[in-house]
Amino acid sequence: MNLAYRDIRHNLGRFLLTCFGLSLLLGVVLSMIGIYRGLVEDALTLARTPAADIWVVESGSRGPFAESSRIPGDTREAIVRLHGVTAAGAVTYQSVETHYGGAKLRLYVVGYELGRPGGPDHVTIGRPIARSHYEMVADRRSGLSLGDRIRLGRNTFTVVGLTDNQVASGGDPVVYIMLADSQTLQFELAPPAARRQLARGAPVTDTDTINAVIAQVSTNVRPSTVAEATRRWKHLAVMTQDEQEFVLTRSVVARARKQIGLFTALLLVVSAVIIALIIYTMTMDKLREIATLKLIGAPDRTVIGLILQQSLAMGAIGFGVGALLINGVKDYFPRRVILQPEDGLVLAVAVIIVCILSSGLGVRLALKVDPAAALGG
Amino acid sequence: MARATDAEALVRLRTVSKHFGEGEARVDALRDVSLAVDAGQVVGLLGPSGSGKTTLLNVIACITAPSSGWLCLDGEVVYDNRWLRTDLRRLRLEKIGFIFQFHNLLPFLNSTDNVSVVLDLAGVGAAAAKQRAIELLQYLEVDHRKDAFPASLSGGEAQRVAIARALANRPRIILADEPTAALDSHRAGIVMDLLRKVAVDQQAAIIAVTHDEKIFDRFDHIYHLRDGRLESAVEQAVVKI
Repeated sequence: MNLAYRDIRHNLGRFLLTCFGLSLLLGVVLSMIGIYRGLVEDALTLARTPAADIWVVESGSRGPFAESSRIPGDTREAIVRLHGVTAAGAVTYQSVETHYGGAKLRLYVVGYELGRPGGPDHVTIGRPIARSHYEMVADRRSGLSLGDRIRLGRNTFTVVGLTDNQVASGGDPVVYIMLADSQTLQFELAPPAARRQLARGAPVTDTDTINAVIAQVSTNVRPSTVAEATRRWKHLAVMTQDEQEFVLTRSVVARARKQIGLFTALLLVVSAVIIALIIYTMTMDKLREIATLKLIGAPDRTVIGLILQQSLAMGAIGFGVGALLINGVKDYFPRRVILQPEDGLVLAVAVIIVCILSSGLGVRLALKVDPAAALGG
Repeated sequence: MARATDAEALVRLRTVSKHFGEGEARVDALRDVSLAVDAGQVVGLLGPSGSGKTTLLNVIACITAPSSGWLCLDGEVVYDNRWLRTDLRRLRLEKIGFIFQFHNLLPFLNSTDNVSVVLDLAGVGAAAAKQRAIELLQYLEVDHRKDAFPASLSGGEAQRVAIARALANRPRIILADEPTAALDSHRAGIVMDLLRKVAVDQQAAIIAVTHDEKIFDRFDHIYHLRDGRLESAVEQAVVKI
C-alpha cells in the first residue's frame, strides 16, 4: 500500500495547489535558463549567419561586435586574393533607433554586398534583397511586415523579406540592407554637419568605410593559416570564427551571462528552501499519524518513503507543469527563450536532488517522533 | 499481584522499575511493578494523573525501556535488564494491537485500508489483507462503512474500525489507552463488550488504561497505580459473553 499516494489522493486539491505554486517557481528557473541560452544563441547567431571562417577587422581591435572597428572599404579586394580564400564580403554593423507605428523601434542594421557573404542565410517570407538600394530584409521580432516602409537616417527602406531568430546580443532585431546604404547611414554626415566640416577646411569624410571583412576559406586550407598571413600586414587584425565566438560569449555577453547564471542559482536555492519548508510543514501536519504508524510497527523506511515520495511527486509535478507553462508562453517573452532538452534534463535532476535533500528536514523530524506520542498522556 | 508467577500468562512483568532523571530531579514512574495477564482477560489500569499508567503501558508496548526488571510477552522474554530484541517495531507489529482514545485512524485511508495497512506492513498480500480487513469489519459490525474515511465516521464507528485494526495481525496482546473516553456511556458499553468478545474469541489479553468509571464493571481485574506502585488488584465478577 502506497501511503504517500493515498495521502496525496486524499488531499488532492491542496497538493495540486502546492505543486502549482512550485511549478511557477520552477518555471521561472527554467525560463532563466532559457533566457541565458537565448542570450548566447542570439549573440552567436549574428556571427554564425555569414558562415565565415575568418573576420578581418581594424588593427588592435576585437571588432566588430566587442569593439568598434573601421577599415577601408577596399580591404575586401585584398583579402579575397589571399591563398585559400574562396569568398569575402564587406560588412557593417550598427544599432539605430527609428520610429514605426508611432513607437520607437531599435534595430541592429547589417550592411552587406549583394552576392557576397554577410547577408541573411535564408529568408522565411518574401525574398532576399534584389535591388542595389533601399530594400530591407528584417527579422520578424522587429514587428515589421512585408511591404512596410521604414525610414533609417535620411532614406526610406521597403521590407521585402522576413527572417526568423535574427537578434543581436543586445536583443535588437536584425535588419539587412545593402552595404552602400548602410555606409551612408553610418558614415555620411547630415548636410548641416557636412557644410560645417567643409567650411572649417576639414577633409571630406570618406563613406567607403566598413566594419569588417568576412571571408570563407577553402576546406583545404586552415583558417588560422589565412589569419596568420593577414596579421603579418600589421594594419589589420584577424580572428577566426572560433575566436570571434569566444569573444562574443566570454566578453560581449559575459556579464549578462553571469548575472543570469547567478540569478538562476539563487532561484534554485530559493526553490530548495521552499520545497524544504513545504515538506517540513506537511510532515508537521502528520506527526500524529507518523507516531501511530511507528507505534503499530511501521519501519522507518515506510515513514521515510511517505515523506520522500511526496516530495519527489511534488518536484516532478512542479517541474512538469512548470516546463509546460514556460513552453506555452516562451514566445511572448521580449527576448528569445531557448529551452533545450539537455537543460530540462539537468534541471529535472537538480530538482530531484533538491527534493531528496529538502526531504531531509522532514525525514529527520519524522524519525525523531516518539511512537508514545500516539498514546495519550 | 497474584498472577506474577503465572507462567501461562500472555503478559508478565517482574519487578519492573522506571525512573526519569537522576539525583534531585529523579522521578520514579514505576517501582517494582509485577503483573501477569492471562489470555481471555480484560484488565483495567486505574490511577490518578502521574501515577505511571501511561509509562506502564509504554513499557508493555516496548516503547519505553524499563530501568530494571523483566518483561515477557506472549511467551517471549523481551526485556531482562536490557532489550533482548532489537526489532521492537516488528515485535509490536507481531504481538501487540493498539486501541487509542481518539482512534488514531489514518485520515487518508478508508476503513478497509486503515485495517489492512497493518497487514500490509507485516508483508501480507493486498488481496488477503483486504479480505481479512473486511472480515474484521463484519465481525465488529461496521462493514457497511468499509469505504468511509475516518472524518465521516461517528465516534463509535471509528473506534470499531480502530479495534479491527488492532486485531488485524491476530495479536494476542491488546493495549488500549482510554478506549471509551471519547464515547457516551451507551457506546462505551458496546466497545467494552466488543473488547471482551475479542478477548474471549481470540484468546487475547487486553490491558486498558482508563478513568472511565462507567466501564469499571467490565474488567476482569482492575489494578490501581499510585506513585508508580501497583497497589491493588480487584478481581471482579464480570458477565462473560
